[in-house]
Amino acid sequence: MLEGQAPFEDASEHKGFVVIALVDYGAGNLTSVRKALAAIGAHAWTPTVAGELGRAHGIIVPGVGHFDSTRALTTEWRTAIRTMVDDGVPLLGICVGLQWLFEGSTEAPDVEGLSLFKGTCHIFTEHVNGRLKVPHVGWNSLSMPRQTRLMAGVKEGSQVYFTHSYAAPVVDDTAATCDYGVRFSAAVERGNVAGVQFHPEKSGDVGLRILSNWIADAV
Amino acid sequence: MLSKRIIACLDVRDGKVVKGVNFEGLRDAGDPAALAKRYNVEGIDEIVILDVTATLESRQARAHTIAAVAHEIFLPLCVGGGIRTEDDAAAAIEAGADKVSLNTAALNNPDLITTLAKRYGSQAVIIAVDAKREGDRFAVYARSGQAGTNRDAIEWAREATDRGAGEILLTSIDRDGTKIGFDCEMTAAVSDAVNIPVIASGGAGTFEHFAEVFGAGHADAALAASIFHFQERSVRELKAFLAERNVPIRR
Repeated sequence: MLEGQAPFEDASEHKGFVVIALVDYGAGNLTSVRKALAAIGAHAWTPTVAGELGRAHGIIVPGVGHFDSTRALTTEWRTAIRTMVDDGVPLLGICVGLQWLFEGSTEAPDVEGLSLFKGTCHIFTEHVNGRLKVPHVGWNSLSMPRQTRLMAGVKEGSQVYFTHSYAAPVVDDTAATCDYGVRFSAAVERGNVAGVQFHPEKSGDVGLRILSNWIADAV
Repeated sequence: MLSKRIIACLDVRDGKVVKGVNFEGLRDAGDPAALAKRYNVEGIDEIVILDVTATLESRQARAHTIAAVAHEIFLPLCVGGGIRTEDDAAAAIEAGADKVSLNTAALNNPDLITTLAKRYGSQAVIIAVDAKREGDRFAVYARSGQAGTNRDAIEWAREATDRGAGEILLTSIDRDGTKIGFDCEMTAAVSDAVNIPVIASGGAGTFEHFAEVFGAGHADAALAASIFHFQERSVRELKAFLAERNVPIRR
């Protein structure tokens, strides 16, 4: 689905009906994401086996921490997620989850990403060279290079909460960029696949808006 | 541009905010969740719950407080005070905290930093360093400033970073409660020594003090409680002031 083809739907239309699979691969705690989804009227559950993904209206791959932890997303999970994406189910990667949608990360060179977006994630120190602290922690502003469903209604310069050391390059599918010594992909969107490097569940009203935008596609 | 963060500290005991709170129109001033909600509306960037009680019964009360605050705000939430073991940290995070702050426990058992960083990621582990000037060094104290440790704040901050800490919360014991300003010299010394964010604490009395600690103090964030509580000055006013001084902040 290309941008502009689908009318913006309010998430509240689906209140109580949207079921989101929150993929737990052991990368940090999912309480915040679950809570934010509840606040916008979605129910999140954590599938224990890849086969359970079939009943999801949308899939979120969250995560903080090391790219190596995505190793737990075995071929079975990768195949199930790809199949769902091919069926049009919305997929959202958050933080390391966004990085995993790319081809890989120098943080764990032998672990493959899902390769839905081109490019490899690199650590900030390769760019900022000691001028800025790493990790990049705190509120930083977004710039939108094009219109996307994910970032609909989010004003240029809006600030969101980041905490990460590795970042994805800016690509054609970038939906929002952020600058921290180097410009990187803060959000990506292509069709029903999206990712955010920041934490929408920790980014106040702006973050909830972005999650609502994404949920609107999950039916 | 990355913003300088303004962090509000809620001192909680048995589920109630214990420091004086003077928000106009706030009915239950001692309710941490109501206060956090108010701070959120005011534009606070982050909340720290400092729960000084640490008995077994109070652990449940703390979990309840964390859950209540986490329910009200979608901002980074840190919990400190009485986090002594991996289980304490796990309980706080399970209840909805994004980060835990370790102080005495990390001094007694530095391996705990690594253990928690491996389990939850470095971003979830804040090391609180309470330091006091002694001659030309900054001496680290444990047990809420009561016990000396023979550790130097700069060296300890470096070690904590190497062990996996994600941020340093640096409190000046000399300045705490004085309202004469942050210890900018100490903050800059620690901030320059590590490559992780440093949160300055202790001594905030005026808006100017925040501008100083973000400038000369090289602080990445500043934490305060009483300036917002006692003086009825709002976070919004502070941010307007800092914006005028060209300090990058979130508005």
